[in-house]
Amino acid sequence: MRSAPPSRFRLALKDLKDGIGSIYVWPTLGWLEIKQRYRRSMLGPFWLTISTGLMLAFMGPLYGKMFGQPVAGYFSYLAISFVVWILVSGLIIDSCTAFIQAEGYIKQTKLPLTVHVMRTVWKNFLIFAHNVVIVVLVLVFVQPRIDWHLLLVPLAVLTIVVNGIWSGILLGLICARFRDIPPIVSSLVQVAFFLTPVFWTPSMLGRHQWAADLNPLFHFMEIVRRPLMGQDPSLLSWGVVLAITVSGFALMLVLFQRFRARIAYWV
Amino acid sequence: MTAVSARDIVVDFPIYGSGSRSLKNTVIRAATGGMLARDAAERVVVRALDGVSFEFREGDRIGIVGHNGSGKTTLLRVIAGAYEPVSGSIETQGRIASMLSITLGMDPEATGYENIFVRAAIMGLNPREVAPVVSEIREFSELGGYIDMPVRMYSSGMSMRLAFAISTCIAADIILMDEWLSVGDPAFREKAQLRLRRLVDRARILVIASNDERLVRDNCNRIMRLSHGKMTALESI
Repeated sequence: MRSAPPSRFRLALKDLKDGIGSIYVWPTLGWLEIKQRYRRSMLGPFWLTISTGLMLAFMGPLYGKMFGQPVAGYFSYLAISFVVWILVSGLIIDSCTAFIQAEGYIKQTKLPLTVHVMRTVWKNFLIFAHNVVIVVLVLVFVQPRIDWHLLLVPLAVLTIVVNGIWSGILLGLICARFRDIPPIVSSLVQVAFFLTPVFWTPSMLGRHQWAADLNPLFHFMEIVRRPLMGQDPSLLSWGVVLAITVSGFALMLVLFQRFRARIAYWV
Repeated sequence: MTAVSARDIVVDFPIYGSGSRSLKNTVIRAATGGMLARDAAERVVVRALDGVSFEFREGDRIGIVGHNGSGKTTLLRVIAGAYEPVSGSIETQGRIASMLSITLGMDPEATGYENIFVRAAIMGLNPREVAPVVSEIREFSELGGYIDMPVRMYSSGMSMRLAFAISTCIAADIILMDEWLSVGDPAFREKAQLRLRRLVDRARILVIASNDERLVRDNCNRIMRLSHGKMTALESI
């Protein structure tokens, strides 16, 4: 009378589906994590915004001067870039601890593992949402070209966030098994901050602009940044980002279906 | 129908020392093959459960007894669905209430009220279902105004009372317990026992791990004996 046990692949998909569908669990956990950091502080989570704003206020004029750029244009470029970078880097770094941090839950309950990844993704999105205030402020001064391209901005942010899901499961799984990886990733992200056009523009590279195109993170920045800077969307960037999204999910599924059941033993 | 059926479940815990858990050694092992690969095959594992099979049906009150390290808690965690066995299969039907760690997910910085919502969400309740439960928990735990304060401010007795009240707030088909729960001062303890007893009586299946043979005899109708991960007996009493 026993039906055949579901395949590993199906169990992995079910975990993903149920995890993303647990819409009462991960929003609560993610929000609590943010709230917790700023408990007893008056401004609460807006400290995130303030520290980002402060950084920009000092870096903007300094680097603008260093690079010989017109202040207003450079400032809005830097503000947008920086806020997007915080989202991208935050998603990557938090991916590493997605499962390790949830050890207690994983060992005691039957929650889908994807819930813990959604929690970190949601947390980073909430941080981003606070930082958006800065971008809006900047845009009030440097009015962007209003056209349909702006509609691409939310779509681009959503795309970045969705990429956080596969990276969270993939890196979370690898890091649960090999504890050397989280420090490696965080130093790579630090290096990537300087190598990616965040506070410099590819045009500053002169005839070596192709070097920026080789950097996948650059394309993630571009899909959000270009419409806000009044530039036409880049087909290359969207193409690269979508290719990474698809292959990232594929790679994640290969490993996740193989090792999903082991994660409880690794954390 | 509520049931738990397990066939030949085996659970191995890999022991990762500083050695095999590091990337370097795995890379070296992959690169050098031969001699060091033998090291990989001989990775130390602790076999926590070794070919355990059983059928629990409605009305079963199972007491799991065995020495420390015999696999009691691991078996409960397998039934709870946290650990998937390395081989063998387990099927459970019915809503499970796992009371293995009643303080799970309690955040000391969050208020008692927030903690109720977090725990309830983890237990699978949606906010609409939580609302009526909250006032009940508040009343039962006798926390009064403390419910709006961070749990950090609670005495240890108070936070245990809250954890207990949350863990026992919803009825379940299958209850898993690691030792009989007992919290609070004598007056509260009596009240807590009554509540736990009611919950247990309403459940279809109870699985409790304990070192206390008498407790098991008083509360259970079946005893499972574990020794070094093997089930040595499963008898009715």
